[in-house]
Amino acid sequence: MQTSLAKKICIYLGAALLALVIALPVLWLFIMSISSSTHLTTLPLQWWPDSPTLENYRSLLIYAENTPSQSFLYAIRNSIFIALAATGLSVAAAIPAAYSFSRMPGPRRKNLLYAVIAIFMLPPVALVLPLYTVMSALGLLNTHFALIIVYCSILLPFTTWLLKSNFDTIPSDLDEAPIIDGANRLQAIWYVILPIARPALGAAVMMSVLLAWDEFFYGLLFTNDIRAKTVTVAIADLAAGRVADYGLVSAAGILAAVPPVILAFFMQKTLVSGLASGSVKG
Amino acid sequence: MISYRKTVTAWLLLTPMIVIILGVSGYPLIKTVYYSLTGAKLIAPDLTDAWIGFGNYIRALSSSNFREAIWHTTYFAVISVGVEMIIGVMVALLLNEVFVGRTLLRAMLILPLALPTVVNAMMWRLIYNPDFGALNALLVQLGMLDAYRSWLGDPATALDMVIVADVWKNFPLVALIALAALQTVPKDLYEAATLDGAGMWNRFWRITLPAILGPLSVALVLRTIEAFKVFDIIYVMTRGGPASSTKTVSFYVYQEAFAYMRVGSGASYALIVVLISACLIAGYMYLIRKHGEA
Repeated sequence: MQTSLAKKICIYLGAALLALVIALPVLWLFIMSISSSTHLTTLPLQWWPDSPTLENYRSLLIYAENTPSQSFLYAIRNSIFIALAATGLSVAAAIPAAYSFSRMPGPRRKNLLYAVIAIFMLPPVALVLPLYTVMSALGLLNTHFALIIVYCSILLPFTTWLLKSNFDTIPSDLDEAPIIDGANRLQAIWYVILPIARPALGAAVMMSVLLAWDEFFYGLLFTNDIRAKTVTVAIADLAAGRVADYGLVSAAGILAAVPPVILAFFMQKTLVSGLASGSVKG
Repeated sequence: MISYRKTVTAWLLLTPMIVIILGVSGYPLIKTVYYSLTGAKLIAPDLTDAWIGFGNYIRALSSSNFREAIWHTTYFAVISVGVEMIIGVMVALLLNEVFVGRTLLRAMLILPLALPTVVNAMMWRLIYNPDFGALNALLVQLGMLDAYRSWLGDPATALDMVIVADVWKNFPLVALIALAALQTVPKDLYEAATLDGAGMWNRFWRITLPAILGPLSVALVLRTIEAFKVFDIIYVMTRGGPASSTKTVSFYVYQEAFAYMRVGSGASYALIVVLISACLIAGYMYLIRKHGEA
């Protein structure tokens, strides 16, 4: 009884500590975002603003030319467009590939699958120089198109692998039956596999969007103004500004974090089971 | 005949993926190898790419700055991944117990994971701010520190502070993977062990750890591969400074190629990084093949 009480106290202390460690930094980011910059540069530091303000959010979200709102809103637009287009392209190419890997295995295709995964794990510095010179020669630097294509090097191997391991769990009788009846493979994928694999498809789309939204390296190198700069690059710019307005930077960070955080919480179960199956089954 | 047609179909279905991968990864990788053997400059890569053989590599390996960058990267990867594994497993053990608020706490783990890397870096940079940062204020107000410090401005602490920020973002990944593995361990195994007189410590080493070792080793290798690529968090928090104390290999390649415009030698640095990563990736491949065929 005594040990069990001690254990209980340990558990609750640990849980409280964990909650604080996770919540405090983000809470402070939020508090900074609703503080004026004079308040944040007053010493000694106060932990709550006398007059909380939404001014930082207003100056980011209400469009006006040649202000932080211009670069920020354009960056949000660019990020949404690029993330969705790159995800669409990757998933469209990954579905038939995953089906082929799953249903028509062969030794050479198996090696190809491992090669694709290995390529996915290469550091981007291994690919960035030729990608840059090619994009530059084609006049594609600072366009959405360049980032959409380049992001496929990250998203496509990942989605292919995720979908392949899910297709493996679908009994193959289900899609062999219509093929014996004369349907072709694409029809079998479209009418049989995809409806069953809808949760996995959702997970693949979500993870791809998260990866693309988070990407920074290529975005930094391939874009240079509001036409194509992504939100991660815009935030790095804001943070590096000479007269850094801490409140404004924090508000931009919060806004950029909202879409992925909502997406991740919303798909929590899928995310966790995806992580788990990815590591348990390989 | 049928099997021949099936093979053709199999490759046709793979074609879109193969074309894209060759375009965005295969060709660039080969071209990087080519660049690394030339003196190409960023301004006119095709005009000045005189063939110089292994010159770049010889210079790269004899450069003490680059060796230092490799050391920083190794230090970053080993310490951050090591701490993430330890904290991650401890958190997973905690969340595997039954208590009020467990579901909420598990959901909170998603927050650092979902926060964009750049936002995480920016958040910690503000917290560490030498003049107005929350860390200084907190430690001074609690009396644990006499005067404000420049956490990221001091070569002695900068890299460790970056590691703290990285650990905060990534320990939940290890925790979630370990937790999922823990939940597959049968409860009666513990009861039997307890009846046999095994203490908590013994049960952890004999039952828990062996059960989660597979998924954990995959997480370990995955995180190490990721940590070796580290760039975003360095760029936003320190730009490799102060005094190059946080300059990692990815940042080094970035500077060589895009600040000093030396594509040829940048490519040779990049390929040395690839070689190191390749060893880690081979380890990962070994693990997933082993698990896949078991």
